[in-house]
Amino acid sequence: MAKITYITQDNQNHTLDVQNGLTVMEGAVQNDIPGIDADCGGGMACATCHVYVKEEWLDKLPKKEDGEEDMLDMAFEPKKNSRLSCQLIVSDDLDGLIVNIPSKQG
Amino acid sequence: MNKTDALIIGAGPTGLFTAHQLKLIGLDCEIVDNLDKIGGQCIELYPDKPIYDIPAVPECTGEELTNNLINQLKPFDIKFHLNERVDEVKKDNNNWIVKTNNGKSFSTPNVIIAGGVGSFEPRKFAPKECEKFENKSIFYSVRDKNIFKGKTVTIFGGGDSALDWAVELSKNATVNLVHRRDEFRAAQATVDKVHELKKTGKINLFTKYQMTEVKGNEKLESIDIKHDNDEIKNIKTDYVLGFFGLIMQLGPIAKWGLNINKKTIEVDTEKFETNQKGIYAVGDICTYPGKLKLILSGFHEGALAARACFKLARPDEKYRFEFTTSSKTIKDRLGVKSD
Repeated sequence: MAKITYITQDNQNHTLDVQNGLTVMEGAVQNDIPGIDADCGGGMACATCHVYVKEEWLDKLPKKEDGEEDMLDMAFEPKKNSRLSCQLIVSDDLDGLIVNIPSKQG
Repeated sequence: MNKTDALIIGAGPTGLFTAHQLKLIGLDCEIVDNLDKIGGQCIELYPDKPIYDIPAVPECTGEELTNNLINQLKPFDIKFHLNERVDEVKKDNNNWIVKTNNGKSFSTPNVIIAGGVGSFEPRKFAPKECEKFENKSIFYSVRDKNIFKGKTVTIFGGGDSALDWAVELSKNATVNLVHRRDEFRAAQATVDKVHELKKTGKINLFTKYQMTEVKGNEKLESIDIKHDNDEIKNIKTDYVLGFFGLIMQLGPIAKWGLNINKKTIEVDTEKFETNQKGIYAVGDICTYPGKLKLILSGFHEGALAARACFKLARPDEKYRFEFTTSSKTIKDRLGVKSD
């Protein structure tokens, strides 16, 4: 279990307990956090679960696979701290993770 | 005006199999899709990715699945209307009048929405002012490459479309290629070609840059691009092309008076009918208690919706359930010999 904070477009913080093994994307979708569309359902095929990870977390997260960086090319306003939340699998190590949801997914 | 027993919106796996079910029970149908090809998400998002949960098919790619479904439709004559987005669905007595963005119209008692997550639209640039120049000097696809002759074209993107056009247009135009990182995901041969053209000065390459602003009043004059290190460059350009792939948008479906719940359409589980009589929704776009977004669920939903269409298309006949293994009528429709 990890506490994950999603900061939505309207600057609201939503802190949730997300079960280990789920993805950060699933944590948002199952709890009706707005702004993560996840159109392809977690297949790394659409870039609509794009989030910005708080800087201090960047190095602590598992590295991106090639496919994720390719998909981020298509995301709306990608930055250095962009990740696809469907590729972030929740574990105890992610406890305290903070992600910002971009203003749009596409 | 095209008249048909059922109009299917969406040529993905669910739409294709629904067409098969309609033809088997003796109804005709036509299919409309906004993409330029058949296959929906399977073709657009994951043509090469293997799928492992199609019943009796241990493994197949999105492209193989699509080709097999098209093959299964071979005995039937089905009209496809590609590159057409359905914009309007209106009631006219017992029929629905359906109109597309390119002016095609249909009259049908049954509309089956098999639209996945909506229609695929190009992803656009972030700055709002880009809309002003869209289809004038900012494009997301190339219709006529001749307009770029002798002009300056700035292309954004790192995939095959962006690089293929950069190479092609560099023959007759000044080309700037802008991408958010150093690596490109296009075919290696094209990437090599771009680097070669960069050396000979045919392509100006800007990597780790993204667009921040477009400038110009009536006409596009220049754009600002920003480097990862926040440095801003102004580039004079006549045209801008953006290739960021496609995104799915519910689009006009939202305006057809259907009960929509989180970008999906509410249906019953007997006919997969929406709150509007004669409009059904099947596949990823429909929702009901227990809905699973699997291709196999779409097949089941399409089979039931097809039977429901029979009643409205043939009000004076009674639908009789038959097996393909034993029915002579069905075998005739399939063009196979009866025993």
